[in-house]
Amino acid sequence: MLKSLQIEPEKCTGCLQCEMACSYQATGVFNPAVSRIKIFAFHEEGRFVPYTCTQCSEAWCMHACPVEAIVYNEKTGAKEVLEDVCVGCKVCTIACPFGTVNYNQATRVVYKCDLCGGDPECAKACPTEAITYVDSDHTGLDRMRAHAAQNLPQQSSQT
Amino acid sequence: MAWTRNVLRVNLTKGSITNEPLNMKWANDYLGQRGLATKYLVEETDPKCDPLGPDNKMIMTTGPLTGTMASTGGRYSVVTKSPLTGVIACSNSGGFIGAEIKNAGWDMIIFEGKSPKPVYLYIEDDKVELLPADDLWGKSVWEADEMLHKKHQDPLLRVATVGRSAEAGCLYSGIINDLHRAAGRSGVGTVMASKNLKAVAVRGTKGVSNIKDPAGFMKATQEGKKVLAENAVTGQGLPALGTQVLMNVINEIGAMPTRNWREVQFEGASKISGEAMKEPRPSDGRPNLTTNAGCFGCTIACGRISTIDKGHFTVDNKPEYWGASGGLEYEAAWALGSDCGVDDLDALTYANFLCNEDGFDPIDFGSTVAAAMELFESGAITTKETGGVELRFGDPKALAWAAEVVARGEGFGKDLGLGSQRLCEKYGKPEFSMTVKGQAFPAYDPRGIQGMGLTYATSNRGACHLRSYTVSSEVLGIPEKTDPLVTDGKPELVKAFQDATAAVDSSGLCVFTAFAWTLEDISPQIDAACEGDWTADKLLEVGERIWNMERDYNLAAGITGKDDTLPKRLLKDAAKTGPATGKVNGLAEMLPHYYEIRGWTKDGVPTPDTRKRLGLNPKGVAA
Repeated sequence: MLKSLQIEPEKCTGCLQCEMACSYQATGVFNPAVSRIKIFAFHEEGRFVPYTCTQCSEAWCMHACPVEAIVYNEKTGAKEVLEDVCVGCKVCTIACPFGTVNYNQATRVVYKCDLCGGDPECAKACPTEAITYVDSDHTGLDRMRAHAAQNLPQQSSQT
Repeated sequence: MAWTRNVLRVNLTKGSITNEPLNMKWANDYLGQRGLATKYLVEETDPKCDPLGPDNKMIMTTGPLTGTMASTGGRYSVVTKSPLTGVIACSNSGGFIGAEIKNAGWDMIIFEGKSPKPVYLYIEDDKVELLPADDLWGKSVWEADEMLHKKHQDPLLRVATVGRSAEAGCLYSGIINDLHRAAGRSGVGTVMASKNLKAVAVRGTKGVSNIKDPAGFMKATQEGKKVLAENAVTGQGLPALGTQVLMNVINEIGAMPTRNWREVQFEGASKISGEAMKEPRPSDGRPNLTTNAGCFGCTIACGRISTIDKGHFTVDNKPEYWGASGGLEYEAAWALGSDCGVDDLDALTYANFLCNEDGFDPIDFGSTVAAAMELFESGAITTKETGGVELRFGDPKALAWAAEVVARGEGFGKDLGLGSQRLCEKYGKPEFSMTVKGQAFPAYDPRGIQGMGLTYATSNRGACHLRSYTVSSEVLGIPEKTDPLVTDGKPELVKAFQDATAAVDSSGLCVFTAFAWTLEDISPQIDAACEGDWTADKLLEVGERIWNMERDYNLAAGITGKDDTLPKRLLKDAAKTGPATGKVNGLAEMLPHYYEIRGWTKDGVPTPDTRKRLGLNPKGVAA
């Protein structure tokens, strides 16, 4: 069963625990600057929105790569960057419609979310369950249940 | 480790910027942030210096856990000599810039001297420059923040800046970072403006490494987060209602200072409470509260983000205030609300927005307005001074006007910018000022919560709740319940809270964690991150050392034990309603015993034995 990162922005408080967990897992340093997941704060609206790679089935980044440095992980569904193959041409960063593949000046290769090999640290670090890791085929299940519950008959308050 | 071990020294007179290694001997004795920066200030400055002169220094400082995954690990402090109190100032703020300074590779920034022209400090990791700020001078915090983001074309830039109130010399101006988080108290923003330093803009991409025991640190911080999540205050009360969870609680126990502390309960409390912020308004069907928000790394997320009704008189035809921004915390709601007798939630939110927009402390501002309202009521101030405004208790329009004139430093706003003590002295009624050492009280009446009287009288930065929050024990029962109406045992309680808080304030963590964490929860996190052996006992000793160092600085600055007192109103005029009816604060029953257990003389001076035990050797005092 493939799993996907499910993001519910209305639960996000903007604390950046996910960015630290991500960067620490990937680089061994608490460094939001190289996090694969980003929190966007919309100040005027009072909203925080986590954003990262959705692991497209037909991945633009993978198709665009001229040296096949982005590969499919069958176990997790992630599109992973092979750092020793990547030549830093950045074509994938242009190809990605969502901007979730980025170049790192320090390493001279690109980086993106790899789902931490199937156990994403961002989801574990999120204190409010704004980021969860759920069955890819049923990411809408909780929302369906919430809407379904709206039509339940009123329960008697007496038991 | 966990420290970057790099100190940035900026001499504003010369325009020079140098990098020097952190003094690790001092780091071992004072940990970081509040303690360590105060040690630098004590060693490098004359306590008698003019707070607004070039000889005063201003230190922006992080703690060893700032920028790490420890919950709430994003704090920074500003340490300097206060122009409001004449004693040590140490103002702590959250938001994101503390972690950004650390991510850029710096433990602290020491500002010295005074720039001949307005400048701002731009930091991009190792690239540090003083740049001209002529275009930023005269702009609000919100305008300057936007201009800096545009100029550097960097949406990820973090900015701390002073507003127009600080430029105009308001003595309780703060430094605002990330638009609505504040190093708010004691006039640290006034000091920054006096140095012609408008802003600090930071981009850090190095991150925080050098954790002593990474696996142990992840485990310890994970356990700490679990404790916060499972605690009723940090896991439920604070995220849901913010610090405003206290409004109804404190009013019910009769410790809600009202109309400049003449009363102890406010009839409008429920209308300005955390619960009221969540109620849809009849006017537009939306609540005042838009969402809660976390500072960097915080798993509690007590921050309030609010929106004012577009039709409210304060923002009518002013679309710049229609968006969401930092909303009311309990202290602001009390100072702007109960203390001024105003129960209009959106009017308080508007005044709070202005405090953020132009960088001034809502506690001292609200208290000064309350004192001015009493001066007006008594006839000591008239419409001649205010320029026609009837400054009456309970009037939201008068409050909104006062915030506007202080923000811009205009007209009577200059008088209000003096703070409660100087204002009341100027108009011949010093007894109306509800301050200790020149700083206004926060929102807990010590007639109804006795330990807070001793807390205020002995606080090293003037009246303050964040130096020993005995409300935890006396009201909330944390770590154990004590009777708020008795003085017995309170000296011990105050000392324990003061020492523990000084340690927490030196770590990079938020003091609100102390609703759930004891030093036994905190020490494993510090110990796993920092070299050395950081037990709870050592943290307590470090806290006591910091407290006594601050005290020695204050004594050298010119205060004496006689300054450890409260206004007559709290010592002579009994509470008229609520559970504390008939009570005054019993400071005289507590203070001598407090001095004794501190190891101080009966005049409040640390004895040579106490200094020796703590390894303190203040300048100008024989060892």
